[in-house]
Amino acid sequence: MTKCVTLISVLTLNLLATPFWQILILIMEIMKWNGWGYSDSRFFFNKKGQAEFTGKRYKLSGLIIPALKDWFESTFGASLQHKTPATPILNSSAVHPPTLNETFVEELKSTGIPFSHDAEDRVFRAHGHCLHEIFALREGKFGRVPDMVIWPNCHNDVVKVVELASKHNVCLIPYGGGTSVSSALECPPEETRSIVSLDTSQMNHILWIDEKNLTAHVEAGIVGQDLERLLNESGYCTGHEPDSMEFSSLGGWVATRASGMKKNIYGNIEDLVVHIKMVTPRGVIEKSCQGPRMSTGPDIHHFIMGSEGTLGVVTEVTMKIRPMPEYQKYGSVVFPNFEQGVACLREVARQRCAPASIRLMDNEQFKFGHALKPQVSSIFTSFLDGLKKFYITKFKGFDPNRLCVATLLFEGDRERVLQHEKQVYDIAAKFGGLAAGEDNGQRGYMLTFVIAYLRDLGMDYYVIGESFETSVPWDRVLDICQNVKERIVRECKDKGVQFPPLSTCRVTQTYDAGACVYFYFAFNYRGLSDPVHVYEQVEHAAREEILANGGSLSHHHGVGKLRKEWMRETVSSVGLGMLKSVKDFVDPNNIFGNRNLL
Amino acid sequence: IVISRDKRDDFEDILEERRNSSDLRYALKCYTPVVYKGISPCKADALTNMVLQSSHLHYVISQVSKETGRAVDDVQDEASAILEEMAQRLQLSTIRFFAFTLSKVFKTLFRSICVNEEGIQRLQQAIQEHPVVLLPSHRSYMDFLLMSYLLYTYDLALPVIAAGMDFMGMKFVGEMLRMSGAFFIRRSFGGDKLYWAVFSEYVKTMLKNGYAPVEFFLEGTRSRTSKSLTPKLGLLNIVMDPFFKGEVFDMSLVPVSISYERILEESLYAREMLGVPKPKESTSGLFKARKVLSQNYGSIHVYFGQPVSLRSLAEGRVNRSQFSLVPRHIPKRPSEEIQNFVNDSAYMLVRAQEENMVLKPWVLLASLLLQNHHQSQAPGQKPGMALDELTERVVWLRDLSRQYGAFLHWPGTSRSADTTPEEELLSRAVIVLSCASYRNQALHVFLRPALLALAIHAAASTKKQEVFYSFSFLRNMFSNEFILVPGATVQDFEEACYLLVKTGALQITQQEVLVTERGHRTIVFLTSMLDPFLQGYQVRATHSWSKSL
Repeated sequence: MTKCVTLISVLTLNLLATPFWQILILIMEIMKWNGWGYSDSRFFFNKKGQAEFTGKRYKLSGLIIPALKDWFESTFGASLQHKTPATPILNSSAVHPPTLNETFVEELKSTGIPFSHDAEDRVFRAHGHCLHEIFALREGKFGRVPDMVIWPNCHNDVVKVVELASKHNVCLIPYGGGTSVSSALECPPEETRSIVSLDTSQMNHILWIDEKNLTAHVEAGIVGQDLERLLNESGYCTGHEPDSMEFSSLGGWVATRASGMKKNIYGNIEDLVVHIKMVTPRGVIEKSCQGPRMSTGPDIHHFIMGSEGTLGVVTEVTMKIRPMPEYQKYGSVVFPNFEQGVACLREVARQRCAPASIRLMDNEQFKFGHALKPQVSSIFTSFLDGLKKFYITKFKGFDPNRLCVATLLFEGDRERVLQHEKQVYDIAAKFGGLAAGEDNGQRGYMLTFVIAYLRDLGMDYYVIGESFETSVPWDRVLDICQNVKERIVRECKDKGVQFPPLSTCRVTQTYDAGACVYFYFAFNYRGLSDPVHVYEQVEHAAREEILANGGSLSHHHGVGKLRKEWMRETVSSVGLGMLKSVKDFVDPNNIFGNRNLL
Repeated sequence: IVISRDKRDDFEDILEERRNSSDLRYALKCYTPVVYKGISPCKADALTNMVLQSSHLHYVISQVSKETGRAVDDVQDEASAILEEMAQRLQLSTIRFFAFTLSKVFKTLFRSICVNEEGIQRLQQAIQEHPVVLLPSHRSYMDFLLMSYLLYTYDLALPVIAAGMDFMGMKFVGEMLRMSGAFFIRRSFGGDKLYWAVFSEYVKTMLKNGYAPVEFFLEGTRSRTSKSLTPKLGLLNIVMDPFFKGEVFDMSLVPVSISYERILEESLYAREMLGVPKPKESTSGLFKARKVLSQNYGSIHVYFGQPVSLRSLAEGRVNRSQFSLVPRHIPKRPSEEIQNFVNDSAYMLVRAQEENMVLKPWVLLASLLLQNHHQSQAPGQKPGMALDELTERVVWLRDLSRQYGAFLHWPGTSRSADTTPEEELLSRAVIVLSCASYRNQALHVFLRPALLALAIHAAASTKKQEVFYSFSFLRNMFSNEFILVPGATVQDFEEACYLLVKTGALQITQQEVLVTERGHRTIVFLTSMLDPFLQGYQVRATHSWSKSL
């Protein structure tokens, strides 16, 4: 069905080159329209009531996860009997017909840049992955969606589109991977102009690799996993691996100030970019050279990074690259409690010896991780597991309801990795930490990629949830974790949620002066008439709590429209004025009218 | 405006059981209180170590050392010494000792000790959820022993109590109090940074770790007049700090109203106010005072109020992110926003104490008798009042105060009041002042209507605006005399209007405030209620005036 509709829509354009068709069809076919990720990969409960993960793409694919059902039912008070299935098919007639700017469309046609106003294409680009967005899609409800979608092929195409949009006063919303969790892609309902989604997915080439300077010049529409794969073919990598890297794009990373799992070695996006090219209504902005550092007034890159599509479209980026690491090793450490775990991470940061990645999950997440263990292949491994569990909980005196686990990833040449590993485990030992094996570590990172699929499973059974993040100074980490988790529980109760929520957190990044903390929050909404509203109220309260506890508005998700009410208090009135004056100069007619940030 | 008080809980007499079962067994009973979040209790020594090692104290020690040029070790030693002097050393054995002796003493002194058990249940719940601050009213030395006694009786966590240094002067007794949970603070330590740091860190550490409920008296010292004193803010500031800084999720502030039918120190207070010096707290003094044991002090009512969540109190009033720009261990003068908040909360809490103070008939009698006493001072008036007339007026006043929300405890059968033969002037004054002290217990009930009555009396016309000005002036004048929440003039005015209209004493039109025919009596009573204070202020003002000439 999907294929058929897309084919027709593509045919109506009747000016497309064959390769483009295929790509377009491929994307629409392999991605879910109302949930996370690939269509072939999803969790479900089989006839025996056991959880399974479908597809072939992930390590967990095709495996049975025996403990998930019990965990799911006991944690949320959910039941496999009470289902809330999604609307299976996108009903195009429920989508508002497009408001087209005829003269714009006419001139666009003459440029030969592909576009579409097919309902499915438009719906697909009208949302990110906030809970309320996905919830509405599952119910088959569509708000304001873009009126058309354009697929420029290169920087020059973008220049043409932006010029035309400015000329005809059309609203442009750049679209990369669509993984936003800040309502950034939502069309402002008050927008009366024609809204055009500018999809960068066709600008996905590595234009050149400079081995002398270890840089690569890349089109901004490239998706994370493709960038890594292509660079790997030449023996390089960027090392930038946000949890969304399967789907998120380079341009999106730049526009939101993204952060990658391995930033301890490679840096965050602001450390990785050497040069950025962005097309704005005023023209193209870029620096004149590729010097590694400059003292030329405020860095204009910092107006671009985090601009969230309000100033223009990032088209090309020169990024640092590194030779692929010779050796990778996962690891994990169990701590008697979360306090000790945080103390250990703090010490690791103090000694500046953090591995490529170090993450600390609290007890609830540890249990959750355990529930996601696939069926063991032999009696022997399960015996070993049992032995390990016995050793940790009984022999070492760890309380299974308090212990927590850190997952580690080391990278580099073999000798240095082993040395580094020893150093980190020695520090961990000082805080009562006990090495808990490579498997636990690796599973921890694998879960990062499948956790978003789990939300879809929950939504099949009355459970909704989301994650949000912050960054906070070291001395406040424990307090903020405790207070925000408690606030969530309290707010759920106050708002009439009938079941205790899952309220858990983990420390995902360490810095010299603080850490990034992620909160996961989900609850069973049976008995609530407006679960999404309740969810939003609780998340709002949690964010207030974060700010009251010295946390930032966002570490890397960005502000979008979801968090912009707090921008003034976050950056001060003068700061907000500065940003506004930049917007006023660069885009006086608000062509980039997604209304994020400001 | 809402004046309707929540329905109040019933009382249970805890002495009844003491009279029917063994005190020794009671003192040795199994005591297993619930604790905050199932925290494992730490020893008093561990506590002092935590304080001495805190970054807050480290910071202040190095600051003091820099400013004075003294060696860090030296300052550190001083800090240890201060802590040594201050720290409580709560011991269950001492508590058991007190449980035994106080049982004996209480049974001799008091007819009954009544406690609202629902309040105890609420407290028990609160203790498990968040750190708890107990805020009893303060009328007698008895208060904190009584509090600990009650908490022991109900198997609740024993509090640590902020006590004045004067107690420590008492040999043996001081140490006994220390071992029953008292920690001692100097009455004044104005600019002593180090002392303040040790003290505040000590209190916060106990609170944050859920070591024990922290108990202190908002009024700072015992009220000699049974009228609530305006609250002192120092300790309240300290206990609220961990919440502002996100170190605890929430905190329960529990107002406790302790009403004595007759205060042990009553004639002592009256003498003190007449200039007879207060005897220094000493152990021998305590023994001399044992003659009180031969007297009957009636009953005590202890009402554990609704725990107030500091979080809800601060909601929308305090922006906690203001604390995120300076490391939390560096002491900072509170912002104006915080100061106002703490001040308002303090008044609110003292009012909560007042509201649940139990009033005995004698309190109303005293109010009437005193008014009569003052009026009969005029020449040609015969002193005293016929019993019939008194009874009639008391019944009237009882109904009036009930309508004003007073927490009356009215016995089924009335007992005749004793008449004391009048002796020399001093002893008469003592009686008058003791009486006043009884009357004062009821003041908070009548305060706002009385201010309005007086305002009507004083206003140039019956214009609502004029009356309000006059009310506002009087309220301002008395702001240190009574518990009047700062900035709440309009609410108080409206409350007073509401109450007087409700009891039919006033009629309020768009423009005017009119006293009704039948309201005359109420207005006269209410005005007389404030008369002594007004006269006092007048005397004082004339005195200052003549001096300044």
